[in-house]
Amino acid sequence: MTLALFLQHLANGISLGSLYALVAIGYTMVYGILRLINFAHGNIFTAGAYLAFVGVALLQLSWGAAYVMAIVLTAALGVLVERVAYKPLRDAPRISVLISAIAVSFLLENLMVIIFGGRPKSFFRPPVFDQVMDIGSVKVPTVTFAIIAASAVLVIALSYMLYRTKPGLAMRALSSDFDTARLMAIDVDKTVALTFVVGSSLAAVGGILWAIKFPQVNPFMGGLPGLKAFVAAVLGGIGNVQGATIGGLMLGLAEVLLVAVFPAFSGYRDAIAFVALILILLWKPTGILGQEGRVKV
Amino acid sequence: MSAIAGKSASAVSAKTPARVADGRLRILVYILILALLAVAVIWAQGSLDPYKRRVLSVGAINVTLAVGLNIIYGYTGQFSLGHAGFMAIGAYTSALLTMSPAQKAANFFIIPIHPLLANVRLPFLPAVLIGGLLAAVFAVLIGIPVLRLRDDYLGMATLGFSEIVRVLINNMQSITNGSLGLKGIPEYANMYWTFGWAAFSVIFAMRLAKTSFGRAFMAIREDDIAAEAVGIDLTHHKVEAFAIGAFFAGVGGALLGHWSSAVDPKMFTMAATFQVLTIVVAGGLGSITGTVIMAFAYAIAMEALRFIEAPMNLGIIRIPGIPGMRMVLFSVLLLVVILRFRQGLMGQRELSIDPILRRIWPRCVAEAPAEAPKGVRG
Repeated sequence: MTLALFLQHLANGISLGSLYALVAIGYTMVYGILRLINFAHGNIFTAGAYLAFVGVALLQLSWGAAYVMAIVLTAALGVLVERVAYKPLRDAPRISVLISAIAVSFLLENLMVIIFGGRPKSFFRPPVFDQVMDIGSVKVPTVTFAIIAASAVLVIALSYMLYRTKPGLAMRALSSDFDTARLMAIDVDKTVALTFVVGSSLAAVGGILWAIKFPQVNPFMGGLPGLKAFVAAVLGGIGNVQGATIGGLMLGLAEVLLVAVFPAFSGYRDAIAFVALILILLWKPTGILGQEGRVKV
Repeated sequence: MSAIAGKSASAVSAKTPARVADGRLRILVYILILALLAVAVIWAQGSLDPYKRRVLSVGAINVTLAVGLNIIYGYTGQFSLGHAGFMAIGAYTSALLTMSPAQKAANFFIIPIHPLLANVRLPFLPAVLIGGLLAAVFAVLIGIPVLRLRDDYLGMATLGFSEIVRVLINNMQSITNGSLGLKGIPEYANMYWTFGWAAFSVIFAMRLAKTSFGRAFMAIREDDIAAEAVGIDLTHHKVEAFAIGAFFAGVGGALLGHWSSAVDPKMFTMAATFQVLTIVVAGGLGSITGTVIMAFAYAIAMEALRFIEAPMNLGIIRIPGIPGMRMVLFSVLLLVVILRFRQGLMGQRELSIDPILRRIWPRCVAEAPAEAPKGVRG
């Protein structure tokens, strides 16, 4: 493998990994605060892509306006899901909330089948993202570059919010001790809603970028990336935003490089994430950056 | 802990004469019920039209599948999302064992079948048994490491296992025929087989609940730390419950393959697990009779609601079919159950013949022991 080819794969891996990271952040933030695997998060990702599709193809908006609309509406959808399906179960056993999330996931998936049909639809790719940039001998499509840049900016902005602002402080407080934080006059409902706004917006951005990269949308597109992003969140240490980013990048790179180095195993690339999930859960369930927690009797 | 207390209480009073007569009468009634069921199945197989027979068979297969998950999740409290993986193992294994060599050769036209499998042929029962047992073996192998995890992590790890099985099936072309799947599987799964297996799974699960083994499962569900403190080997029992559940999943998958005459990897996605989970949760976790009722209700509703996905002709307006509508309804059903009626149809209770017996022959049926206090479930 030449250096140029390797750098090419590296760019692909980082761009795929950034998409996983964007989705993984939503999983990790919700898990950090509610201890809930938001099973419907992959479908929120799909909804983001479909709403952008609706904006461009049906409402004839410019692509920028369509994307903004899609992100706002997806954030609203995320909050709606929380209100309807998770909030009533805040004191219920954790598995009940997970089952509720699984039900919401199938509900959203099939609603999208009903509304848009089961067949894939082609997604308009703005001409800006059609070009190929030459960096030395490496050719990087602008979409790859845009994915990496957008993800980096969003992760930095999110870190700023989490560590430098009041609402971010509230999120971190809820994440480290839900009940004590409640006693410290933190508005739980508002903070949880904000968490879903942030997580769902990032998922929407991920969904839109995904739809630009593989220019099509279908109702099931979020299933596998959603599960893999969850694996990325666990890999990095669930509840930890930096961890989710690192986990996403690692997973993206592993998938791209496996196919690049061993083309014969390309059929097994979807298994990497799940094998990694089982291994990390057995070897170090807290992930790379996660904190040790103890079960109290 | 309540389960163990309840057991010792019944053991003390077990030898009184009324109880002995009670036990014999009860067995008689159970045999009677089974005989009635057998007669009904024989009649149905002979005189119902093929369409109704197929729908009822799906209900019975659902029973087997859901009883399996109920033993893992309802009895033992281990949240597993790996059912589809075990179903796939059972379905593929049994199908490869019952298909004729000619049929296999016709299926594997891209990459020839592995020579070891090309000419094996077994009757239906051993093929299904091997399918179920292989699923159980996989459950032991994956269960020993994975069952150390709890709750949602366990669910995701078992879901990961199920997805790995699917990736393997898609890629091991010389054994599974890859994404093309297997077609032309002999349609052996008539009502005798599907109802026979359903009855076996129900009797097995109900008997299991009365053994010390089953009680240990339930103790683990109520409080695993306390269960360990009274000397229950956690890993051992969890793995065993997992293997039993996987066996029934494998059997159910095998029956499904021989019912539809075709299997492919898309049949065993998370959607298959979702269906079984809905049946178990809506029927009532830990309640076998609830599971049976929901399993048939699900199969019948799935067929009865087919019309909402078909195109409708309302005179002037023609509404095109809406595929996906039924799954929307079932997702809403699961959502409503979990939000509003978390106990499901039956909670942890079972339908019992005792009230009827007491009315017919009051002297010989001892008063039912006071209900044991309910523990905290999670």
